[in-house]
Amino acid sequence: MDYLLQTTGYIFQGAGVTLKLFIITLAVSLPLGFLCAMGKTSKVKSLRLLMELYTSIVRGTPLLLQLFFVYYGLPILIPGLRFERFTAAAVTFILNYGAYFTEIFRGGIQSIERGQYEASRVLGMSYSQTMLRIVLPQTVKRVLPPVSNEAITLVKDTALVVVLGIGEILRNSKEIVSRDFTISPFIIAAGIYLALNYLLVVLFRKLEKRYAVYE
Amino acid sequence: MNREMISAKGLRKNFGNLEVLKGVDLTVSQGEIISIIGPSGSGKSTLLRCLIHLEKASAGSIHIEGEPIVTTSAEGVVHTPHERQVRHRCRKLGMVFQNFNLFPHKTALENVTEALLVVAKQDKKQAEIRGEEMLAKVGLSDKRDTYPCYLSGGQKQRVAIARALAMGPDIMLFDEPTSALDPELIGEVLQVIKQLASERITMLVVTHEMTFAREVSDRVIFMDDGRILEDAAPDKLFTDPDHPRIKTFLEKML
Ligand SMILES: Nc1ncnc2c1ncn2[C@@H]1O[C@H](COP(=O)(O)OP(=O)(O)OP(=O)(O)O)[C@@H](O)[C@H]1O
Ligand SMILES: [Mg+2]
Repeated sequence: MDYLLQTTGYIFQGAGVTLKLFIITLAVSLPLGFLCAMGKTSKVKSLRLLMELYTSIVRGTPLLLQLFFVYYGLPILIPGLRFERFTAAAVTFILNYGAYFTEIFRGGIQSIERGQYEASRVLGMSYSQTMLRIVLPQTVKRVLPPVSNEAITLVKDTALVVVLGIGEILRNSKEIVSRDFTISPFIIAAGIYLALNYLLVVLFRKLEKRYAVYE
Repeated sequence: MNREMISAKGLRKNFGNLEVLKGVDLTVSQGEIISIIGPSGSGKSTLLRCLIHLEKASAGSIHIEGEPIVTTSAEGVVHTPHERQVRHRCRKLGMVFQNFNLFPHKTALENVTEALLVVAKQDKKQAEIRGEEMLAKVGLSDKRDTYPCYLSGGQKQRVAIARALAMGPDIMLFDEPTSALDPELIGEVLQVIKQLASERITMLVVTHEMTFAREVSDRVIFMDDGRILEDAAPDKLFTDPDHPRIKTFLEKML
């Protein structure tokens, strides 16, 4: 009994790290995605190209490679720029997820009919008023399902930081497995991931319901 | 009473190689009710859209109540004032679209108050009073908290009219306001427009409703292939048009 409590506690410690990475990533990459999507749909060509470059590089290469690059590669490329493990992981995840969110939001923004812009315009609204009050709120509703998918993927992707030796759920479980020759830590780990994702599903369902009052 | 509300001269518009407006001259005086009719693709919508600057004219000039929206120099250089200035001047115009273009995430009342809040910078209370007044005017007071998706086409269009009116425009532009409606809903929208006409709000109405055009308008403009073919009183245009084309068109419409 004591043993089980102790191992579970250790894995939960890892869950704290996982959760921290998850929350930081979402909290920064969502707004980042929104901003980049605005850039990608703006009239400024150089901005559009820059965003295109960003999203195609990030989405076209493995997340694992990006992790290695930020942690091991950057210090070689730019001497002195050395991130602590967790920071490196957070930076990589933010940039990675930011790119996916950019694409999702871009699609959402572009799915808003031209008539919405025109109606706003003939009422005298400026471009930024139109974006903030008319386009983005409708975009949020449309992107909820894909964003919810990404969030669930993110929970699972956090396990990748094991390669940097960060003590999150998976690493902590695996440590116990190799030490004690038991698979129960893996089952506990799976349970935690499942619980996290279940929470997310419930949360997003609530949000979707709130946006269901129209259309 | 003869104040010049809109003056367009030599107005041209092309989309790439396609010339859609080929030199349109149009003057609208205060209180005039003008219908614009003509075959599909003749440039009726484009004309309205240029007047309210949803499209930028390729040449010619537009003045709204004497203030320029577009001018063209003798050398043919098209000039538009600063974007903010254009936006400000175009606030004299209100526009109603064929597809309503209501904001789906806002209730009927919020649709009407949105621009009052963010453009006219009214406070919430003030905007709501004005918004309710406008909804009452189009007979939709009981729908104030309803989202557009629960409104019929006719009700949607009436909200759209209320939304445009709320900003207190001097001139209303209607682009086929009843074309997207089921036949039994057309009447309620035309009724509202007729009421505005009786208040002598200056308006330009692109329409395929010939009876409406004939009954309500002071002038009817027939557009064909990017030009105004005839601009006359309704009785003249509907009974004795100068151009045989117009006769053929009207026969087809009836
Ligand atoms: N944004 C655009 N890009 C390219 N062509 C356009 C654009 N808008 C309109 N056109 C073209 O311009 C021409 C005139 O269009 P417009 O919508 O003004 O006609 P209309 O008289 O309003 O016709 P309808 O009665 O069908 O509404 C059409 O040939 C149309 O295809
Ligand atoms: Mg049209």
